[in-house]
Amino acid sequence: MNKTYRITDCSLFRLIVFVIVPLIILIRCAMQPTSYITGIVITMGIYIVLAASLNLINGFSGMFSMGHAAFMAIGAYIAAFFTLAPQVKENMTPGLPAWLINLQIPLAPALLIGGAAAALVALIVGFPVVRTKGHYLSVVTLALIVVVRAVIDNQGDITHGSRGLTGLPAKSTILSVYIAVVVTLFVLYRITHSDYGRGLIAMRDDPVAAQTLGINLVKKKISCFAISAFFAGIGGGLWGHYLTTISASNFYFSKSFDIVEMSIIGGMFSLSGSIPGAMFYTIVPEFLAPLESGFNLGGIRLPTMFGLSNIIMAVLLIVLIIFRGQGIMGTSEIILDTWFSKDTYLAPFRKEEYQRLAGVFRKKSS
Amino acid sequence: MSVLLEAKNCRKSFRGLQAVKDFSASIEEGGIYGLIGTNGAGKTTVINMLSGVLVPTGGQIIYGGTDITGWKPDRVAKAGILRTYQNLRLFGKMTALENVVIGAQMHRGYSFLDGLLHTGRFSENESKYYDRARLMLREMEIDSYENARADSLPYGSQRRLEIARILAAGPRLILLDEPAAGMNPQESADLVAAIRRTQKEFNLTVLLIEHDMKVIMSLCEYIYVMASGEVIASGTPEEIRSDPKVIAAYLGRQANA
Repeated sequence: MNKTYRITDCSLFRLIVFVIVPLIILIRCAMQPTSYITGIVITMGIYIVLAASLNLINGFSGMFSMGHAAFMAIGAYIAAFFTLAPQVKENMTPGLPAWLINLQIPLAPALLIGGAAAALVALIVGFPVVRTKGHYLSVVTLALIVVVRAVIDNQGDITHGSRGLTGLPAKSTILSVYIAVVVTLFVLYRITHSDYGRGLIAMRDDPVAAQTLGINLVKKKISCFAISAFFAGIGGGLWGHYLTTISASNFYFSKSFDIVEMSIIGGMFSLSGSIPGAMFYTIVPEFLAPLESGFNLGGIRLPTMFGLSNIIMAVLLIVLIIFRGQGIMGTSEIILDTWFSKDTYLAPFRKEEYQRLAGVFRKKSS
Repeated sequence: MSVLLEAKNCRKSFRGLQAVKDFSASIEEGGIYGLIGTNGAGKTTVINMLSGVLVPTGGQIIYGGTDITGWKPDRVAKAGILRTYQNLRLFGKMTALENVVIGAQMHRGYSFLDGLLHTGRFSENESKYYDRARLMLREMEIDSYENARADSLPYGSQRRLEIARILAAGPRLILLDEPAAGMNPQESADLVAAIRRTQKEFNLTVLLIEHDMKVIMSLCEYIYVMASGEVIASGTPEEIRSDPKVIAAYLGRQANA
């Protein structure tokens, strides 16, 4: 027992920081469903789903996709078709088949259908997409966003065109969103910790060697693309049911770039990275926004400057990339390791965990 | 002994350049074969064709009675032909053990769903992968590096790690591309012993490219000599050593020295 423990090795500490504190915040938010902060926390949860699914493809498989917004749009629209009230659909989307117009189902199955639709599209477009490499793949996935937008804007009978869909039930609550967060992260965590996930990382590090060790690159890339798209579709569906009004412009380039940015900030080689990434991306702008309306700096009254927070965010991103290229988490999975390990939840019942924690503090003070 | 792999007049050209003009060879099960020749003779191109990394421009590759010409590398690997690389291709950021696990999991023992639900089949096969990987690290005598990052290993151990990785995949035929490159005489002698031992233990067939004549002559039962894309001679080490064509094209310098 000569091993020196750091505080992050203590299950008790991890339980408190990564489970109990977030839970308390979530419960408080859930009790005030209309508060401003609750809105931010819900957005954060949706971004976690999106960034984590993007990490699977950008961080683990070695492909760099920028097409997340396209899959979000598919997920959001398809899910909305299933949750909108029949009378609304009759007016807005008369082009849908009659059975679908008359069908209204709960959010969860609608999200799954939306995700499945996004995954299906990913499977189909995957064949041409994975033939490209590096930057070319990124550009092709960007093109996908344009295609999806063109379809949505021009199939007015089904999508209500550029006017978008309105009246989606506001079902993206703290509860539903964070259930999706935990389920998504759990599934992705298990995937990356299986032979499939190891194969992904092998493919990323050296595709030629991976292939001569029996890994079918095309199959692996397309399936990974589809899994990622599935969760992007779910994230899109949640986003739609949070906004309650969606149009193709909600799912355009800037949305994709947002997700890519938070994925990089948090650390795209780690699923856990999606959490600090999404937190950073939702919380920091909130503090920066007031600056745009002008502020006092050393007695000088600065004028209103729209876009200032974007500039500051950009600078922060550059600084982060220079000083911590792998993002906040690097390759560490400490958050998800904590969440999905039995030891975390048994820690309060184990005496040695308290001793370990006490030991760490004693060392600190001495 | 039966013929495991047969190459019939394999050719490979890159645009104008004919890297391999004519390669024919017959490799019998359980043998250790050498492939030697000057730089640029096309040896690595031959290995690339046999492992599916390159598709031959012409000719045929028959493996265990099946025509595998044009098969994708992953299919060739699953059929039992595994290879190492002249310029190491390890998964540098993974640990040594994880590298070998990638080999060990080639024949997947559980499905995607097992991995999600952590069924009994998942844990059973995961420990099987890891046990096998550890065994192979011990075979190649690099088990002390188990948890070290692959790219932090000493060069010679990295070469051994590549061999451990393909052994874990359960090959029938292994293609070693200069396994002793960059090793000192003692290290290559140890490597020769390790290759011979594993070859017997796992009943492997080996084809290796090597410049170190000591390694070739002490290990191989049969040698193919290539020069400018063609096989110019083949035979037992003794035959090769006294072959005037080989001496002129390849061994000459050493004989004079």
